[in-house]
Amino acid sequence: MNPYHTEILATAALYALLALGLNLIVGYAGLLHLGYAAFFGIGAYTYALLNLHLGWPFWAGLPAAGLVAGIAAVLLGLPAIRVRGDYLAIVTLGFGEIVRVVATNLEGWTGGPNGLMGIAHPSIGPIRFGVDAGPYFVLLVFLVAAVAWISVRLRRSRLGLAWLAIKEDELAAGCLGVDPLRMKLLALALGGWVAGMAGCVFAAKQGTITPDSFDFIQSVMILAMVILGGLGSVAGAIWGAAILSIAPELLREFSTYRMLLFGLMMILLMRVRPQGLFGK
Amino acid sequence: MSETLLWVDRVTKRFGGVVALSQVSFEVRRGSIVSLIGPNGAGKTTLFNCVSGVIRPEEGVIRFFSGGQEERLSGLAPHEVARMGIARTFQNIRLFHGMSVMENVRAGTHVRTQAGLLEAVWPWAGRARQEEHWAFDRSMRLLERLDLAAAAHRPADALSYGQQRRVELARALASDPELLMLDEPAAGLTRQEKESLMEFLRELQREGLTILLIEHDMKVVMPVSDWVVVLDYGAKIAEGVPKGVQEDPRVIEAYLGARA
Ligand SMILES: Nc1ncnc2c1ncn2[C@@H]1O[C@H](COP(=O)(O)OP(=O)(O)OP(=O)(O)O)[C@@H](O)[C@H]1O
Ligand SMILES: [Mg+2]
Repeated sequence: MNPYHTEILATAALYALLALGLNLIVGYAGLLHLGYAAFFGIGAYTYALLNLHLGWPFWAGLPAAGLVAGIAAVLLGLPAIRVRGDYLAIVTLGFGEIVRVVATNLEGWTGGPNGLMGIAHPSIGPIRFGVDAGPYFVLLVFLVAAVAWISVRLRRSRLGLAWLAIKEDELAAGCLGVDPLRMKLLALALGGWVAGMAGCVFAAKQGTITPDSFDFIQSVMILAMVILGGLGSVAGAIWGAAILSIAPELLREFSTYRMLLFGLMMILLMRVRPQGLFGK
Repeated sequence: MSETLLWVDRVTKRFGGVVALSQVSFEVRRGSIVSLIGPNGAGKTTLFNCVSGVIRPEEGVIRFFSGGQEERLSGLAPHEVARMGIARTFQNIRLFHGMSVMENVRAGTHVRTQAGLLEAVWPWAGRARQEEHWAFDRSMRLLERLDLAAAAHRPADALSYGQQRRVELARALASDPELLMLDEPAAGLTRQEKESLMEFLRELQREGLTILLIEHDMKVVMPVSDWVVVLDYGAKIAEGVPKGVQEDPRVIEAYLGARA
């Protein structure tokens, strides 16, 4: 296992965390969200700013980044959630881009296109995380396990059933006493919280963040992982993230044709299993 | 059969130029079975939609007397109406198709359970677990009563039409409502199914439930109804005990006459 391998594993685990978070929004609540990377970015900038300006350590920044991103997901969701389906996708895409543009242009705070540098790595007592991806991988596996556990528990609960119901038939669910707006905002809050934590780990690991790590392509990539794995499936989100983040590396030897093969592979997978690997 | 449970007071609803309901008033007394009848397009479903918060009437007030407390339903969202203790079914069955029969019925217990996010996630939270057991047992008992226990774990859309109607009824009952509103529950059922449905409704009435029923076919509902309200072109043209309504010349003309 060389540093290159651990780096790939850490990246896969980071994507697994993001895919699990987006799965709560798209898979559980049925909200087609195209701006999810914005909350990842908000989490990263939250920790970076708290660390650089106020000297907050990583472990304080982690819950703060989750909280801020969760609140942002709800606030940006409020105006978007009343529109349905395709429109929701467009509105969330717009919000996602706005967040990125703001990060690029608010130079005084965010460093503009150059981003922020010198963000502190985490440490646990005497153990200091450095540039080696190993410890981050371990940390991310813990977070993935925690969020997967929460997702599974939620699915079995009355809230999970209520999400399924509003996804199937919002009007009928409403007449059974399920508040659709509240359930959707809950999913957004949870999904935003997960993305915020992922952003915090990402910022701490890289030490440097720039707005282009949180662009539209990133949102689409995470969504592709969730869809590939199967909407609403916890195992699917993890596998989807693993496959889509590791495959481009395995295809590296094909150099120029790498992304072409990657694209073909995705098309093929979706043709064979349109419901995703783990979808029902 | 004494006090009023639901009071529909001069409700008017228009769709563009169509007056779907015009100054409709009637009362549903606690413990009774009231039937809402009328020809196609009379406004029956529209009235259900107004009561359940699916649409908002332009004029009029709908009052619900839950446990002696007066509540105004007009202006509430469907989930708020459901929480008052009103459950309904739909004319064209609206089951959750991707879910099992059991899950459909359990979804009906949503208003009777409270566990929030943390309790749902925390494995040692006693209340969430108690509630889940309760919801499962209640749903299973309802499925047994409606002769659906064997189908509990099948996907809802794999069932026959008559079974799907019963699942929807079980789902509505799962919320333990004070008022049950059924939109043409007998439509499309065989004669036998219709008869056992009416028998079941009588049983529910004996248990204290109040039922508001939409039906096309007068013959089906007359034997079970305590009171009948007749709509035609959005207006109430008659109301009374089944026998009186059946003999009312306006009803015969507007309703039965329209058939001939
Ligand atoms: N959402 C709507 N938009 C426009 N018009 C509507 C709408 N819902 C109902 N209407 C109209 O209102 C009138 C009453 O319809 P409603 O469905 O309440 O009748 P109904 O008594 O339930 O009839 P049926 O026995 O056929 O179910 C009809 O003329 C119908 O076309
Ligand atoms: Mg109707």
